[in-house]
Amino acid sequence: MEAEIAGELMTLNMGPQHPSTHGVLRLELKTDGEVVHEAIPHIGYLHRCFEKHAENVDYPGVIPFTDRMDYVASMNNNLGYALAVEKLMGIQVNNRVRCIRIMMAELNRIASHLLAAGTYGIDMGSYTPFLHCFRDRERILDLFEETCGARLLYNYNWVGGVMYDIPPGFEKKVIDFLDYFEPLVDDLNRLLSHNYIFIKRTANVGILSPETAISHGITGPNLRGSGVEWDVRKDEPYLDYDEFDFDVAVGEGKHGPVGSCYDRYMVRIKEVKESCKIARQAVAKITPGDVHESIPKRGKPPAGEVYMRTECPSGELGYYIISDGSLKPYRVKVKSPCFTAMSAFKEISRGAMISDIVAIVGSLDIVLGEIDR
Amino acid sequence: MESIRELLKAIPGYNSLPPLLQDFLPMLASCVIILLFVAILGMFLIWLERKVSAHMQDRLGPMYVGGWHGWAQSIADGIKLLLKEDIVPAAADPLLFKLAPVVVFVGAFAAFVVLPFGARSIVADLNIGVLFLLAVASLSVVGILMGGWASNNKYALYGGMRSAAQIVSYEIPAAMALMTVVVLVGSLSMQDIVNAQKGGIQNWFLFRIPFTFMAFFVYYTCSLAEVNRTPFDIPEAESELVAGYHTEYSGMRFAFFMLAEYANMFVVACVATALFLGGWTQVLPARWVPKQLIPGPILFTLKALFLVFLQMWLRWSLPRLRVDQLMHMCWKVMLPISLFLVLGTGFLAVYWK
Amino acid sequence: MKPVEIAALLTQQFGEKIIESKPDALNPWSAVAPGSILEAARFTKNDERLLMDHLELLGGVDYKDRIEVVYIVYSMRHRHRYTLKCRLTREEPKLHTVESVWAVANWHEREAYDMFGIVFEGHSDLRRILCPDDWEGYPLRKDYKYPTRYRDMPV
Repeated sequence: MEAEIAGELMTLNMGPQHPSTHGVLRLELKTDGEVVHEAIPHIGYLHRCFEKHAENVDYPGVIPFTDRMDYVASMNNNLGYALAVEKLMGIQVNNRVRCIRIMMAELNRIASHLLAAGTYGIDMGSYTPFLHCFRDRERILDLFEETCGARLLYNYNWVGGVMYDIPPGFEKKVIDFLDYFEPLVDDLNRLLSHNYIFIKRTANVGILSPETAISHGITGPNLRGSGVEWDVRKDEPYLDYDEFDFDVAVGEGKHGPVGSCYDRYMVRIKEVKESCKIARQAVAKITPGDVHESIPKRGKPPAGEVYMRTECPSGELGYYIISDGSLKPYRVKVKSPCFTAMSAFKEISRGAMISDIVAIVGSLDIVLGEIDR
Repeated sequence: MESIRELLKAIPGYNSLPPLLQDFLPMLASCVIILLFVAILGMFLIWLERKVSAHMQDRLGPMYVGGWHGWAQSIADGIKLLLKEDIVPAAADPLLFKLAPVVVFVGAFAAFVVLPFGARSIVADLNIGVLFLLAVASLSVVGILMGGWASNNKYALYGGMRSAAQIVSYEIPAAMALMTVVVLVGSLSMQDIVNAQKGGIQNWFLFRIPFTFMAFFVYYTCSLAEVNRTPFDIPEAESELVAGYHTEYSGMRFAFFMLAEYANMFVVACVATALFLGGWTQVLPARWVPKQLIPGPILFTLKALFLVFLQMWLRWSLPRLRVDQLMHMCWKVMLPISLFLVLGTGFLAVYWK
Repeated sequence: MKPVEIAALLTQQFGEKIIESKPDALNPWSAVAPGSILEAARFTKNDERLLMDHLELLGGVDYKDRIEVVYIVYSMRHRHRYTLKCRLTREEPKLHTVESVWAVANWHEREAYDMFGIVFEGHSDLRRILCPDDWEGYPLRKDYKYPTRYRDMPV
């Protein structure tokens, strides 16, 4: 750590290794006592050049790479890529696959938001909600392990189908889990979300106005926390989302201005409840069928390009795939929501204190794997 | 200490020792007893904290070391810390660095001199007991600042400064809250204060007048800030400053800081017990139970342990306050309230009784 | 608006500066002359019928004979999407920044510079974002040679 005193400002490095930056993120803070004048994020510590790898393997081989971008919401990453390639190849999957995909995506959304909420509690100093959230997240991971054998990186949504069919009795297990879990969200609210100290720490901090958010391309819960009602699942539905009944959670500014850290956090908590609703409906709609029937023998899409975006827990994940007609993609470009959220960090954190920097980083729910790819 | 002196006088040949030694040996004996007590207490409290936090977080905590619920976990941890390499950072100030944990520990340890464990179990019943306590508790601030500065680490410096600001600020409302009791009793001596609460729970200062009822909560909250516990644990905020002022410490020096923190927790709990919860006097009213059944020291320790448990409970439930919110709460909320309480108690003491 | 209409509107506004349009492809696009990208960006953002206020993706693509910069823009009001492309030479890929139109372009252009070596004129802070600051080479180019050493460490 360097100690440079430029005039009166001290440069403090919240370095790549830090308990609260949710990964390898380096924040260069120019502080004057406790107040931060400028906070510059430096990324790239987890850069594995996913886009170059994608050009060297064939289309199905890219899917394990997509897992590792937003590693806590792996199902959604796979889904985006699979849908993009299916759009390019013109494949239609049957109802069973669509319902399974939606169910898995929503369960993964719940798991990701639980992790976000729990670690946000730890950042604020409240250690107990973290373990409660993880206890419930473990049950979701057990469900995933039953289906595809992996707990975190699933490689589950394939081009044209899913890897394994769900085991018998799985639907009942999912419903049991949802019955067990939904009342616990209220417990979490009583412990953390409605806590006076927590509200004081987050409700006036990190205000993100809707104009700044849209200009910075921020999407997902971060945008909805600023009051903009925008959800890809409702506004440009993919799979069967237009047939499902759910609400879009929007930041209301109950305890402070709209667009604060508290709003973004509450949007995630409300989304958890909505995801439970969607998962229940998805389970009810599953019909018998063969999940592998639409998987192409040789994945050779026609030459062309496609852009597909899906709603991931951290925002809209976009895949831009250019195919030259061969077995390997020519170019896969990923638009990652956490990347755009981080690009607005400098704006949001003007004039905050060091403790607020921690609050803001936690409320954006960044996953470094997705920022750096 | 008086009882130790009596005991020692019973040894044949004791009176033939030079008078200096005659005075010095009881002091030495008290010190050793208190030191042993603090060491064992520290180990017990660390184990208790781990168990309490575990059960609140829906898990089990230490289970293996020693068999029954891992009771020997703290002993094992202590041995491990003793065996660790003693690292002093190259650019650190060696004298201050090595002195800091000792100063912090002395600040906590010296307060045990005036804690009234029982009717005759107090090391020295100073007639300025409360004042002595408040003065000695400030010593740990010096140690924390030394530790933060001497580590030559920006995070440690931040932690040290924040902690110093916090402790010094919160001492004022804490002292004011204690003054309410002193005004009622008319004496600063700890034994006098405890004796004024004899006779059962209805005589406790906690329940006697509304002002001391509120003063208890003011004191308890301020004492949480004194010992750097959540919601006031900014100096040790793991998620912000790694470990604050004890970032660079390892091995036995770190153990000293930890021991000092738990000893401090116990001290403030003892002070609250002695002043508000009746100290070593009995809980059940004297009308029902004329003679105290549980011995004074044990009852006192149990009451203090309950308050310590409460501190742990608060730590694992509440988030942390931000530094400026903390300062705001001290100077704009706690201090006016405590001043009002002292004034109110003063009026009552003069015009009512 | 339909992609065909958007393409027609752009051609009507900019004439020859729109080199080529393919509005009926799976992902409709128009190629814009590199010199007028800033103008075109401003027009797509501010024009009442287009109102493309959301820059979804800004990326580089390395075709064998040229480097392209792709802008995928979306309108949250009108719910339509369109792609703009700029074709640049491999020897000297230079383009004006659209940072003043969409703030997110700042980081996206830094990434394009990092990966392809495209220099964005007028950018406020053009330096590498994902690779270390002293990295040599542009990784996503097709002729990129994997380095064997970085700062005397074998890679």
